[in-house]
Amino acid sequence: MRELLKYLKAYRKESILAPLFKMLEATFELFIPLVVKQIIDVGIGRGDTGYILRMGGLLVLLGVVGLAASLTAQYFAAKAAVGCATSLRNDLFAHINGLSYAEIDRLGTSTLITRMTSDVNQVQTGLNLFLRLFLRSPFIVFGAMVMAFTVDAKSAVTFVVVIPLLSVVVFGIMLITMPLYKKVQRQLDRVLLTTKENLEGVRVIRAFNRQNDEMRRFDGENSQLVDMQVFVGKISALMNPVTYVIINGGIIVLVWTAGKQVNAGIITQGAVVALVNYMSQILVELIKLANLIINISKALACAGRVQKVLQEKSSITEKEHAAVPETAGPDRNGQVPKVEFCNVEFCYGDSREPALSAVSLKVKAGQTVGIIGGTGSGKTTLVNLIPRFYDVFGGAVLIDGQDVREWPLEQLRGRIGIVPQRAVLFAGTLRENMKWGKKDATDEEINRALSIAQAKDFVDEKGEGLDLLITQEGKNLSGGQRQRLTIARALVRRPQILIMDDSASALDFATDARLRRAIREETGDMTVFLVSQRAATVRNSDVIVVLDDGAVAGVGTHKELLESCQVYREICLSQLSAEEVQ
Amino acid sequence: MKEKQIATIKRILTYIEQYRFWVAASLCLAVITVATTLYAPILIGEGVDLIVEKGLVDFPGLLAILKKVAAVIAVTGLSQWLMNHINNKITYRVVKDIRTKAFDRLEVLPLKYVDSHHHGDIISRIIADIDQFSEGLLMGFTQLFTGVMTILGTLGFMIAVNPFITAVVVLLTPISLFVAGFIAKRTFSMFSLQSRTRGELTALVDEMLGNQKVVQAFGQEKEAQERFEEINSRLNACSLKAIFFSSITNPATRFVNGLVYAAVGVAGAFAAVNGALSVGQLSVFLTYANQYTKPFNEISGVVTELQNAIASAARVFELIDEEAIPAEPADAIELADARGEVRLEHVQFSYDPQVRLIEDLNLEVHPGQRIAIVGPTGCGKSTVINLLMRFYDVDSGTIRVDGSDIRSITRESLRRSYGMVLQETWLKSGTIRENIAYGKPDATDEEIIAAAKQAHAHGFIKRMPQGYDTVISEDGGNLSQGQKQLLCITRVMLCLPPMLILDEATSSIDTRTEIKIQQAFARMMEGRTSFIVAHRLSTIREADKILVMKDGHIIEQGTHDELLAKGGFYAKLYNSQFAPG
Repeated sequence: MRELLKYLKAYRKESILAPLFKMLEATFELFIPLVVKQIIDVGIGRGDTGYILRMGGLLVLLGVVGLAASLTAQYFAAKAAVGCATSLRNDLFAHINGLSYAEIDRLGTSTLITRMTSDVNQVQTGLNLFLRLFLRSPFIVFGAMVMAFTVDAKSAVTFVVVIPLLSVVVFGIMLITMPLYKKVQRQLDRVLLTTKENLEGVRVIRAFNRQNDEMRRFDGENSQLVDMQVFVGKISALMNPVTYVIINGGIIVLVWTAGKQVNAGIITQGAVVALVNYMSQILVELIKLANLIINISKALACAGRVQKVLQEKSSITEKEHAAVPETAGPDRNGQVPKVEFCNVEFCYGDSREPALSAVSLKVKAGQTVGIIGGTGSGKTTLVNLIPRFYDVFGGAVLIDGQDVREWPLEQLRGRIGIVPQRAVLFAGTLRENMKWGKKDATDEEINRALSIAQAKDFVDEKGEGLDLLITQEGKNLSGGQRQRLTIARALVRRPQILIMDDSASALDFATDARLRRAIREETGDMTVFLVSQRAATVRNSDVIVVLDDGAVAGVGTHKELLESCQVYREICLSQLSAEEVQ
Repeated sequence: MKEKQIATIKRILTYIEQYRFWVAASLCLAVITVATTLYAPILIGEGVDLIVEKGLVDFPGLLAILKKVAAVIAVTGLSQWLMNHINNKITYRVVKDIRTKAFDRLEVLPLKYVDSHHHGDIISRIIADIDQFSEGLLMGFTQLFTGVMTILGTLGFMIAVNPFITAVVVLLTPISLFVAGFIAKRTFSMFSLQSRTRGELTALVDEMLGNQKVVQAFGQEKEAQERFEEINSRLNACSLKAIFFSSITNPATRFVNGLVYAAVGVAGAFAAVNGALSVGQLSVFLTYANQYTKPFNEISGVVTELQNAIASAARVFELIDEEAIPAEPADAIELADARGEVRLEHVQFSYDPQVRLIEDLNLEVHPGQRIAIVGPTGCGKSTVINLLMRFYDVDSGTIRVDGSDIRSITRESLRRSYGMVLQETWLKSGTIRENIAYGKPDATDEEIIAAAKQAHAHGFIKRMPQGYDTVISEDGGNLSQGQKQLLCITRVMLCLPPMLILDEATSSIDTRTEIKIQQAFARMMEGRTSFIVAHRLSTIREADKILVMKDGHIIEQGTHDELLAKGGFYAKLYNSQFAPG
C-alpha cells in the first residue's frame, strides 16, 4: 500500500482535516442528549420556559455548527479522494504504456483496462468513505459510551456489555455471510456461463436436439442458486432482529439500574432519558461501521490489484548510452546483413515449451522474406523480435550489425513499419490515423502510401479524402479496407524494414498480388517481411522461411524448398494443386 | 408508459400469486413488527415516568413495565426475523420461476432472434435484469410496506398522545424530503456530466490499452498520455463537484431532522411544563421524531429501486413474450434412416425483407453426392446450412428430404439425420467424454473411443492429463484450435447420420492436424450425402456439384470442369485464389 499512500501525501492537509471535521460534527451530535437532559431537569423541573427556549436555540446552533463542520469535511474528503484517483490514473496509464509486450501478454488487456477504470473508481469511492466515516463511526460509538459514563458510571456499565455484544453479532454475521455471498456470486456466474454457452452453441444444441437437457441443466443450476440465496438470506435476516433485541435488552437493564440511581438521589430523571438516547445512537453507527469495513476491504482489494500493476517492471529497458550504429542506413554493398537472427531462443512467459529455438537467419537490405508455417509455429513471434517488442532468451537479433538491445528504442522502431495481424485503426480522421506512421507527413506522402497499399480507390470512392471519419477500431470499414489502411499507415514513414504480419488475409488474391507488386516496385530498398499462411503469398519472395513448431524447417526459394523441405511441400499441396505447386 | 408499467406490475403479481399464503403471512408479520416496534418506546416512556426523583421510584410498577417491554421486544425480534425470511423465500422463488422461464424460452426461440440480438443483451436480460428485479422486489417487500406502516403507526401513536406536537412533526418533516429532492435534482446534471466524461475516458482507455501493441509499435505513447491527461483532468473537476454536492444530502437531511428534534423538544417541554405531557411521553416523542423521517427517505429509495425493478422485469418479459418457433404440425413425419436425397425447389429466402438474398434456388442432390459451396467470405454460404437444418424456414419454395417437405418432418428427426461440423468449434463446459457423447448421451466407452480413433482424436485425448475425463476449461482454453475441431468431428462421428454438413476451417491449422482433419472428413463422407462449405481446392474438385455463391446469391452451379469451361465467376475465383500469382 505504501506506493498508493504517496498519492494521499499530496493531499495531506485535506486528508487530515476531513476526518477531524467529521469528528467535530460527531462531537456536537453527542451533546444533544445532554441538552435534552437539561431541558427536562432544569426547564421542565423548574417550569422555566425561557430556559427551554434557550436550550432549544442551543440545539439548533449545535445543528448549524455540525452542518458546517460536516460540509467542510465532505469537501476535503471529496477533494483528496478525487485528486488521488486522478493522479493515480495518470500514473497508471503512463506506467501501462511503458510495459512491454511480454507484460501485456501476461496481464491481459482486459485486466489492464479494468484496473484503469473500475478498480481506480473503487479506490476513489473507498478513500472518500474512509476519510469521511472511519473516525466518525467509532467516535460516536465510544463517545456515546464515554458520555454515558459522565452521566452516571454505574448505569453506563451496561454500555460496556452491550457494545462488544453488538459488535460480535454485527461483525460475526458479516464475516459468516461474506464468503457465502461470494459463493452465491460464483453460482450466479455459473448460471451466466450456461446462458452464454447456450447462446453460442445454439446451432449445435439444436442440431443434436438437446434443448430439453439444457433446460433441465439450467433449472438445476438455477435451483442451486436459489437454495444458496435463501440460506445466506436466512442468516443475514438475523441481523436486524438480533441487534434490536440486544439494544432494547440493554435499555431495559439501563432503565432498571438508572431507576435505582434516581431513587438513591444520584442522578435525575432527565439523565435517564439521556442514557436511553445514547444507547439508541450506538446501533446505527455500528451498522454503518460494519458496512464501511466491507466497502473499504473491497476498495483495498482493488488498490492491491492496482498496486500490483504499478509494480510490474517493463522487461524491455533501454541501455543508458544506446547509440545508433555508424553503419546504420541502407548498406548497398550488402556486406552487413540488414536483419540478422543469431541462434535465437525465445519462450513466452512461464511456458516451458520454447516458441522459437535455434533460429538463425541473415536478410540483406532490399530483400523480401516470406515466413510461412501453421498457427502457433512462431511466425509472429519471429517478426516481433525485430522491433524488440520482446527480448530474446538466448542468441541475438541484429539490425545493421548492431544488437537491437543496444539501439535507442525510438530510433529502432522509427525505422520499422509494422502492419499487425489485427487491423486496428483509431477513432479520428483518416489523416490523423496516417500520421501515426509519421507525425509531420504531408497529404502527398499520405496519398502515395494509400496508393501503394491499394487503398486509394476506395478512399476516393467515399469522396471525403483524408478527412474521412473513422470510428473506433475502424468499425465503419470492411476488414479488407481496414487492412489496406493499416498497410498504408506503416508505409507513410517510408520504413527501412516493413513487417506485414499476415496482414493481407482479408484481401482477395488479386488485390494481394497487386499490393505485393506495388510494394516491390515503389520501395526498392525496403526490406520486407511477409508473414502468411498462404503459399501463394510467399512463393515469389526472395527467401522463404518455413517454421514448424518454433524451429526453422527450411530456408530458401520456392523451388529449393519444394525439393528440400517436407513441411513446405505439405503446406503447398494442401493449398495448391500439384501442377500449380510447380 | 404508465399503462405499460401497470401491465408489468400485474404480470409480476401473477408470478407472486402462487405464494399468496406466504405474502399474507409476511404482511401480518409486518403489522406485528411495526406495532410492537412502536409500542416499545411508549412502554419505556411509561417506565421513565415511574422514575421521578430521589425516593420517588415505583419499583414494582417499573418491574412490571420492563417485563412487558421484554415480551414486546421478543415478539418484535421473532416476527421481524420470520418476516425477513419469508420475504427472502418469496422473492428468490419468484425470481427463479421467471429466470427458468426466460431460459426455457431461449431454447425454443427461432434462430433469427438469437442471431439478430447481441448475446450480451440477451444474457444481461437473464442475469443482470433479473438480479436487479430480485433486489427491487425484495426491497419492496421488506421496506415499502413496513415503511408505510411505520409512518402511519407513528402518526397514530403521536396523535393519541399529543395532537399539537404531532402537528409540529408533520409540518416540519417535509422540509427534509424537500431538501433531499432539491439536492438530487441539482446534482443530477453534475452526475450525468461525470458519467459522460467517465465514458469518454473509458473509451480512450479501451482504444489505447486495447491496442497497446499498435500504440507502442508506432511510438504513440506520449500522444496517448496527453489525450488521457486532458480528459482525466476534466473528470477530476466534474467528479469533485458531483461527489461533493451529492454528499451534502446526508448532512443536510440530518440537519433538518435535528431541527425537527429541537422543535419537538421545545414544544414537548412547554407541554410538559403545562402538565399536558409527562417526561416519559416527551422521550417517546423524541424517539419518534428521530425515527419518523427515516422511512420517508427509505421509501423514496425503494420507489426508485422498484421502478428499476419494473423496467428490468419488462425487459425480461419482452424476452419471454418473443414468439417461439412455430409448433410442429400434428401429423409431422418422423424421418428415419433417410436415404439422403435432397431437393431444393424454387427456394426463396432472405433475412431482411428489404435485402433479397436467395432467389429461385433449385438443386437436386442424389443420395451419396457431395456438394461443395464456395464463394468469397461473407457471401452467405452459411445461409444454405441454416435452411437445410431448418434453423430458418424458407420464405417460399420447398426443401425436400427423401421426397417430403422438411416442414412436414419433425425438427428433431430432421436434425438427427444430419451430422454437422461447424467452423466455430463450440464445446460445452464439461469433460471430453461428455462432449463427444453430446449427440448420443448413452454411448458406451467403447463407442466413444472407437469414434475418437476414427476421427484421429484418440491420440491427443490419451495424452491429456485425465484422458477422456479431462475437463475442458471455459472456451476450451486448454485445447488447440485443431484439437477442438477434431473433437467436434468425433462428436458427429459417434452418431454418424446419413447426411452431413461440414464447414471447412478457413485459417489453416498446423499442417499435420490439418491432414488428420481432412482424412476424418473423408472417412465420414463415404457414402453419405454431404454439403461442404469448402475452402480447400482438393475438396472442391472432388465434389459432385459446386454451388458458387456471391453476395448471398447462388450464381453458378456445376462440376469443377464445367464451371471452368464456362469461364464465369468461378473461373475467376479459381484463377485468383489458386492459380500461381
